[in-house]
Amino acid sequence: MAQVALADSGQPLSHPRSFFTKYIWSQDHKVIAIQYGLTAISVGIVALVLSGMMRLQLGFPDTFSFIDPSEYLQFVTMHGMIMVIYLLTALFLGGFGNYLIPLMVGARDMVFPYLNMLSYWIYLLSVIILMTSFFVADGSTGAGWTLYPPQAISYGTPGSDFGIVLMLISLAVFIVAFTMGGLNYVTTVLQARTHGMTMMRLPLTVWGILTATVLGLLAFPALLVSAIMMTFDRLLGTSFFMPAMMSMGEQTDHDGGSPVLFQHLFWFFGHPEVYIVALPAFGIVSDLLSVHARKNIFGYRMMVWAIIGIGGLSFIVWAHHMYVSGMNPYFGFFFATTTLIIAVPTAIKVYNWVLTLWRGNIHFTVPMLFAIGFIFTFTHGGLTGIFLGNVVVDLPLSDTYFVVAHFHMVMGVSPILVVFGAIYHWFPKITGRMFNDTLGKLHFWGTFLGTYSIYLPMHYLGFLGVPRRYFAYEGIDFIPESALQLNSGITVAALFVAAVQLIFLVNMIWSVFKGKKADPNPWNATTLEWLTPQTPPEHGNWGPELPRVYRWAYAYSVPGAEKDFITQIEPPREDDTLGHPENERAT
Amino acid sequence: MLLAVVLVVLVVGSIAFHFLSPWWFTPIASHWQTIDDTINITFWVTGAVFIAVNLFMAYAIIKYRHRPEENRRAHYEPENSKLELWLTVVTAIGVAAILAPGLYVWAQFVEPPEDAWELEVVGEQWRWSYRLPGKDGVLGTSSVSLININNHFGVDPDDENGQDDVLVTSNILHIPIGKPVRFWLRSKDVLHDFAVAEFRVKMDLVPGLVSYLWFTPTLTGTFDVLCEELCGVGHFVMRGKVVVDEEADFQIWLDDQITFRESQAIGSGDIAVGESLYPVCAACHGPSGEGNVALNSPKISGQHHWYLEQQIRNFKHGIRGSHKDDTYGQQMAPMAGLLADDTAIRDISAYISSLPKIAADDELIADVAHGKKLYVTCATCHGKMGEGKYAMNAPQLSGQESWYMIRQLQNFKAGVRGRHALDLFGPQMFSMARYLRDDDDIKDVVAYINTLPLEKSSAIHNSVAGGR
Amino acid sequence: MTIIVTFVVLTVLGSYWWLWTHRVTEKPWLVEGIPEDHSKAREPYQASRTGLIIFLAVVTSLFSLFASAYFIRMQLDDWTPLAEPSLLWVNTGMLVLGSIVIQWASYCSGKEQLRNTQHALLATGFFTGCFIFGQLWVWQELVNNGFYIRSGPAVAFFYVITGLHMLHMFGGLWVWCRTTLNLWSGTELLEMKQSIQLCRTYWHYLLLVWMALFGLLLST
Repeated sequence: MAQVALADSGQPLSHPRSFFTKYIWSQDHKVIAIQYGLTAISVGIVALVLSGMMRLQLGFPDTFSFIDPSEYLQFVTMHGMIMVIYLLTALFLGGFGNYLIPLMVGARDMVFPYLNMLSYWIYLLSVIILMTSFFVADGSTGAGWTLYPPQAISYGTPGSDFGIVLMLISLAVFIVAFTMGGLNYVTTVLQARTHGMTMMRLPLTVWGILTATVLGLLAFPALLVSAIMMTFDRLLGTSFFMPAMMSMGEQTDHDGGSPVLFQHLFWFFGHPEVYIVALPAFGIVSDLLSVHARKNIFGYRMMVWAIIGIGGLSFIVWAHHMYVSGMNPYFGFFFATTTLIIAVPTAIKVYNWVLTLWRGNIHFTVPMLFAIGFIFTFTHGGLTGIFLGNVVVDLPLSDTYFVVAHFHMVMGVSPILVVFGAIYHWFPKITGRMFNDTLGKLHFWGTFLGTYSIYLPMHYLGFLGVPRRYFAYEGIDFIPESALQLNSGITVAALFVAAVQLIFLVNMIWSVFKGKKADPNPWNATTLEWLTPQTPPEHGNWGPELPRVYRWAYAYSVPGAEKDFITQIEPPREDDTLGHPENERAT
Repeated sequence: MLLAVVLVVLVVGSIAFHFLSPWWFTPIASHWQTIDDTINITFWVTGAVFIAVNLFMAYAIIKYRHRPEENRRAHYEPENSKLELWLTVVTAIGVAAILAPGLYVWAQFVEPPEDAWELEVVGEQWRWSYRLPGKDGVLGTSSVSLININNHFGVDPDDENGQDDVLVTSNILHIPIGKPVRFWLRSKDVLHDFAVAEFRVKMDLVPGLVSYLWFTPTLTGTFDVLCEELCGVGHFVMRGKVVVDEEADFQIWLDDQITFRESQAIGSGDIAVGESLYPVCAACHGPSGEGNVALNSPKISGQHHWYLEQQIRNFKHGIRGSHKDDTYGQQMAPMAGLLADDTAIRDISAYISSLPKIAADDELIADVAHGKKLYVTCATCHGKMGEGKYAMNAPQLSGQESWYMIRQLQNFKAGVRGRHALDLFGPQMFSMARYLRDDDDIKDVVAYINTLPLEKSSAIHNSVAGGR
Repeated sequence: MTIIVTFVVLTVLGSYWWLWTHRVTEKPWLVEGIPEDHSKAREPYQASRTGLIIFLAVVTSLFSLFASAYFIRMQLDDWTPLAEPSLLWVNTGMLVLGSIVIQWASYCSGKEQLRNTQHALLATGFFTGCFIFGQLWVWQELVNNGFYIRSGPAVAFFYVITGLHMLHMFGGLWVWCRTTLNLWSGTELLEMKQSIQLCRTYWHYLLLVWMALFGLLLST
């Protein structure tokens, strides 16, 4: 029976003895988190390089044609799949979720540490399987990250023989890993909160990751189902998705299947997936803003309700990815409505983030810079989503660069800005050292301005009608030369942003070894993760006694308090009126 | 402070970019002005939010930045229900203001008008073709299972309605201006999407079902058709054109097209007749079709008949060989002109196709391994063994002489061959040839093709059955 | 997609209800100190049970999706229904018996009756084994009659759905095996009690899933 680490349960954790059990086969959530994080970032760098090659082809098609049309599609596909699943999902949930949840709820570890450890190694296995697809005979799949049948398993698409099978197997393995991790995150939040840690005293980071995990647990099965059925279509000749069709001039054996069925299943997963990426970012950025503006997050209750509201609604908007799929067009009315409804709680969150800054005491630390960068770019990206969600507007814009610009802005720019902000913010806690501030600021400016210059103009290529997933654009009359030159400009910006990330890597690596020793709570934050007896926290997190929580997570600048923050574990004073003279104290 | 300034600059800059950007919607050529109007409404609402939120944030950053010399704390206000409620209501109103017109226009798209005439677009990897109802105004039933080399569209020969259907195998469609038209969309193989930017509407083609879009063309002109659902390696070269004509011009074009009944009446080429026509060609191409490098005549023996027919037609009509830099191609125009009609073209193609294949005999020194890697994309259309594929209109390459292949690739790359407006597949080769960076790449891939065995492995027979 | 959407909507509404009863409408900045219901530690068993329930929600999502896909695929032209082999009824009976005896095992373990528990667990394994054997027999029968997985969509779904259910049974058997072996090698019944209770829940759940799937196959 797996060891269960609960508040004062009296059950000991498995204490690691050797180098291997401490740093490799570790069941400690913090080690697992770092393993997830490093793996995700490494594979993300691979995907970044792929995108660099794609951009070189698009920006300078005559100079840099060292990738051919087949490779281009393979890079497009692998770039997308790696970034969405193997980087963002794994990093936010496996990385940040693993590290922060037990600390923020006051537990010693996740409730199923052995399962947690397994989840990482199975994730790593899924990454390895995916990478091997580069090396098989027909190469990795070039079907686009959306893997639509029939093309994904038909002749004419790269990797339709074997690359696609490896991709599907890799995804199935990832889903197993995700389920193991997800069970941990949800059960830990529900069952292992320490004394006094009610749900409403949790920081929004936890709410975001918790809701995202629930979404993932319910939605990833849809990807698994479609992966199983497509694998069977490919390997066993079934016709779940494969209709009566020709292939290269010959009749195939398939009959009766529905390609649109795949799309329903895929997007039933796919839409919650983007919220699996976005919700943790929402939660984390709320905490970054709060700590660095010395002000409680504005409207905590609404923020919680918005997160769970967005989570629930995310299950009934999926077919806005299918407006032009040939599905029953009357569905468009329903999904456009639900999609635009989901814009409302999202907008509330944006207002509340800005209102947190309003009348705050804003410190322009590196995490704060990234948080503000997030607000700016997410506002932009979220608003362009409204264009696409409004079914009829999707007609001219679907499958153009407008879509590419939109989803990069909301998935690739804003959450990544939060990832950086979060890494800088928790760096002193994880490593016990401070990062270099100047390099951090440089990294911010380069990344923020660089990414905006990539994606703002790209929307306009979409308005023009420039299609996505095209290797090259010669021979299209309505695309002027200037648009092709714009492509070159965008490429230069993209290469610049990629280069700027080196600053981040250098800063991180140097600071881990040589950074100044950090204060245990350098930002003067209120939440539990900053209050561990040791920094970095040791195995078991809290020492002999678990913390006891007396208040919510945002007691900043409380009138009458001695300092501009009151930690969650500080015992209440007799005369405490919580800043509201009319209030009574709870028992 | 700097950050606030930058935010303001970005907001102002974004607005400026929007108004100054030369990249905006193409001039609309259909009646869907209402889509553009909905987009404009959306812009006003979302633009207002973008500006308001970010300028407010910039202001907050300036006013409430931490100043060490002051002993100021942040204001403590956990929530303000009234404000949040008010913001929710305003947002909901803004959302409704965008959604309502959108749904209204969508309702119009979903229900084409009663008097819309209809035609069918057929998509396949990687070309477009079209079928128009004939005089009876009704499209005949069709099925993928009926598609074969003689029945490109899979029209049911037993359905009376299909007999007069007009078949357009070129990827250029003409439609008359001012008449609402519904495009029924059908795919033979994988998902595709029919998109014309100027018409604003698009829809996927889904094998196994029939989808549609409709619009009323409001401008004459020629408009690009692009495939907008990733359909494989050739996705970006799956191109077509829609020409919007005045009614009279449309009729002229329509009368020029072939009907299904006529297409079924076309016989296969007569080899014997073709043999009798051949001596003229033999003067340059050799008695066995083996080609003659000194005369710049390629080997043609054993090439697929459908490819030969197409090239001869192209030469005859100046679609190929008329470029001023195509010295040798120009010589073919009068030669092709000697063939009086389509029957003659079919006959001679049948004969040439029946000539035994001859292996290539020139030795090209180049990087064959690199050529193999380059060939991967080519193989998709031309076949792994270079055997050629009917469905892709890709000729056999194996056995062809290096000098000829090199020259053709150079010509494609330079636009000397394949850029004529009526060349259906040339533009695809133009795009494909361009990823061969330089002459070294060209030589490498040709050297690899030279290693491919002559016997084809494709299941498609080089049959002489006619009719396409 | 109605089945899966219904399931997810119900789950989401259920979670909202749970949150409602766990202070989600409270104003946390007004509450200081440690509330009554938050001062006690929780039992480890509760965590395992919660984890299992969440896992069962995931599995339900999986099978609901297949059910939805089944219905959608059924609408298309080439659907020929499959006549269910009658052996499926016998197999269902085996599964019911398996649930009964594992319920008995759980009861006995609660009463600290080691021998009875061990016997009941063995019986569980036996009946479950019969079920799986029977399912594979059905597969063999289908193959013998020319119904391969590629023979048509109804057949394909049959294989996939029954196969997936069997896979989950194997997962349960894995835990059953460890529990049973532990009991035999002298581990305290008290320690195994929770494991047996969790197995019981899982077995009943898979029986319910099977009945739903069987019903699905029968009704079409």
